[in-house]
Amino acid sequence: MNELRDNSDVGELIQYIIIKIDDEQYGINIKFIDNIVRMQQITRVPKVDAYLKGVINIRGEIVPVMSVRMKMGLDEDVITDKSRIIILKTDSGDLVGIIVDQVNQVLTLDSNNIEKMRFDEKNKKANASFVSGVGHYDGGLVSILDLEAVVSEKEAKETASAS
Amino acid sequence: MDVSQYLSVFLDEAKEHLQSLNDNIMTLEQDPENEDCINEIFRSAHSMKGMAGTMGYTRMQNLTHDMEDVFSDVRAGKIKIKSADIDVLLQCLDAIQEYVDNITENQDEGTDEHQNIIKSLADIRNGGAAPAADASAAPAGDAAESSDEPAVGADGTTDYRAIKLDPSVKSTLEEAKSQGKKIWGVTVHIQESCILKAARGFLVFKGLEEIGEIACSEPNTQDIEDEKFEFSFSLILITDEDKAKVEEIVKAVSEVEGCEVGEFDPSGAKAAEDKDEAPAAEAAPAKAATPAAPAANTPAPAAAGGGGAGGKKPVGKPVVNRTVRVDIEKLDVLMNLVSELIIAKNSLISAANTSGVSSSGVNEQIEYLESVTTNLHESVMKVRMVPIESVLQKFPRMIRDLNKTLNKKMELTMTGEDTEMDRTVVDEIGDPLMHLIRNSADHGIENAELRAQRGKPEVGQIFLHAFQDGNSVVIEVGDDGNGIDAEAVKNKAIEKGVVTPDQAALLTEKQCVELLFHPGFSTAKQVSEISGRGVGLDVVKSKVESLSGEVTVKTKLGEGSTWIIRLPLTLAIIQALMVIVGNEKYAIPLDSIQSIEDVSPSDLKLVENKEVINLRGSVTPIVRLNKVLDTDSTKAPEEDMVVVITRKGDQQIGLVIDELMGQQEIVIKPLGKYTNKCKLISGATILGDGEIALILDTNAIF
Repeated sequence: MNELRDNSDVGELIQYIIIKIDDEQYGINIKFIDNIVRMQQITRVPKVDAYLKGVINIRGEIVPVMSVRMKMGLDEDVITDKSRIIILKTDSGDLVGIIVDQVNQVLTLDSNNIEKMRFDEKNKKANASFVSGVGHYDGGLVSILDLEAVVSEKEAKETASAS
Repeated sequence: MDVSQYLSVFLDEAKEHLQSLNDNIMTLEQDPENEDCINEIFRSAHSMKGMAGTMGYTRMQNLTHDMEDVFSDVRAGKIKIKSADIDVLLQCLDAIQEYVDNITENQDEGTDEHQNIIKSLADIRNGGAAPAADASAAPAGDAAESSDEPAVGADGTTDYRAIKLDPSVKSTLEEAKSQGKKIWGVTVHIQESCILKAARGFLVFKGLEEIGEIACSEPNTQDIEDEKFEFSFSLILITDEDKAKVEEIVKAVSEVEGCEVGEFDPSGAKAAEDKDEAPAAEAAPAKAATPAAPAANTPAPAAAGGGGAGGKKPVGKPVVNRTVRVDIEKLDVLMNLVSELIIAKNSLISAANTSGVSSSGVNEQIEYLESVTTNLHESVMKVRMVPIESVLQKFPRMIRDLNKTLNKKMELTMTGEDTEMDRTVVDEIGDPLMHLIRNSADHGIENAELRAQRGKPEVGQIFLHAFQDGNSVVIEVGDDGNGIDAEAVKNKAIEKGVVTPDQAALLTEKQCVELLFHPGFSTAKQVSEISGRGVGLDVVKSKVESLSGEVTVKTKLGEGSTWIIRLPLTLAIIQALMVIVGNEKYAIPLDSIQSIEDVSPSDLKLVENKEVINLRGSVTPIVRLNKVLDTDSTKAPEEDMVVVITRKGDQQIGLVIDELMGQQEIVIKPLGKYTNKCKLISGATILGDGEIALILDTNAIF
């Protein structure tokens, strides 16, 4: 998920879905998105990690839904009528849903305009590890979500123990 | 050519053909004259030869080719299959199976040529050829008695292939051949009503001499002119003209019923000369040397002359199933789509209800949609179901082989081969069934003397009955043999240290018998290769249980025993009790539930600080599901509790729930990898309204 290509003038053009979590805007590479659905009843699964909100039924398939907010160590989700569940398709073909506060727009970014996140930055944020880079566009900046980190179980545990 | 992409098709078809060969050869053993069977075997062997050739498996091709040859002769009535031959044929199948197994494993057929089998197959064919030669040496009248004998020379007619060559004629022919001339063998049949046969013969000779040279004839020219022949004669013609022309000339003569024209191969006829037995050579050149046309011609008169078994050639009834192979994953996709459709339909119903659309037209259409989706759902479920037949097919052969290795006489009867089960179950159940049948053959059926002593029929009966019983499939495997000696089992168990003598004294007969399922147990006094490695029944039990089934045994000493396997119809659908805990819906598999009790809080007792109830004399621990599932009960503490009694083996436990919803057939869906940490939940199901209910694994609560 590293779309960096510094040594070419015009980089690859990639479409991102821009979503809002808390007050920050994040971009998700459109190729990982299977579907975006409205908030629906989530069936709770007992005895699992707190960030796993439960499971939903997507076209007859049981799909786990996780809260990115809780993974990032932010406050509990406040469900509004703008809340959406983004269904991601991981490399292994599994579906997993993440809850976002709002879906804004589709944005096409040149990979040259994405600055890779450096982890030696001085003031690390709690959610730094979920961002793979920062994209520039006309209206401002957008953080590119590191979906592997969001989706992986291992990262989640480390984050949970760190926070 | 890269044929690897066809490998899986090849293997599938090879297995099918092998199975069909197996079945048909077994049938043939009972009924050696069965023509359908012979034809089917021939076709299967032929197809396999072709397939193996295409794939470049030459050894397999050779073996199947020889097998095809044998049946080609059988079909033509030249030889008959004797019971000794069946063994050779089965060995041959085993060898082919070996090739197929090797190919399955490493795409290579292996290096074993199976020369001995090829030789045995050749012996079968020669065994048939020898009497044929005798018959032709005998006068024509005798030969006619062996009605299956197709050699044309023997039934009073002649054939150009049977012409004996003088060395001088032969050299003429070979010379002509080397000059590029065509050598035609011609057999002319003259109508039986013909009065002047010699004149017709003369006309044929005259006509043919115009286009070429007649090298020799049978009978010779003098005999033909003297009318010393039946209604046909043969000759060999050296000419430049083609076959059609020769035929034309012969047929132009009136009162000629028909003629056969084919290439005459002097070198092929040499064999005839060497053996000095014309019909013996008939088989070889007829197939090997002559091209398709005459080869196709010959069986017709042969069959007509033969009559009897070899006479009728049925036009092969289509035995092949009209099926298409489908990847099971594609079916899963289809199934999901159907589920989605049902959910969409349910949403439509609730949308129509809530928006207050009460037009009868809409309701009618919704009802119609409902019946269509229900039928569609059922059909897709049925597609996953396959008859259990595919695993049962191999058992008759196995019993036949066991008959020989164990030196016992037994017979297998099977019923309910068409009972259908989910594909995944059918694939898994083969081994356990095989264990049970071998067990019956080895331990169950007594030896001949003992059977005679007990007044039982000489042939031991082993049976397998499969049938559907509600939502499960029952497979019974049993025998009329010795039965299980509970005392012997008990003593053995003590000896093996499975139970102590004190424990053993308390066991009921039934409990003793069940010790057989204990790991590492075998009562066979002698360990044989058939069973008795002490793993069988234990493995059977665990396998069946892994398929959510159960296995029990009924036995009577001296009269036989029956093993009963009960399996769920499919693994994907189970009957479940839907319950509500807190505000959440859960499904509890019905087969783990013993009863449902209404319990007053005052009946609760504390034992070691744990809640128990006294349920009809047995102390049953109580588990409050809302606590286990981290949710809040909707019931007040003083209200009566609904307790679902579930069991795991001998233990039972009471699960306190809030509300009962009822029994429902549910489709099990996996939960996905993030949520599988929760051991309490074995899966999920989608309810009619699209809502998800989790399936409780009650075993995890114990």
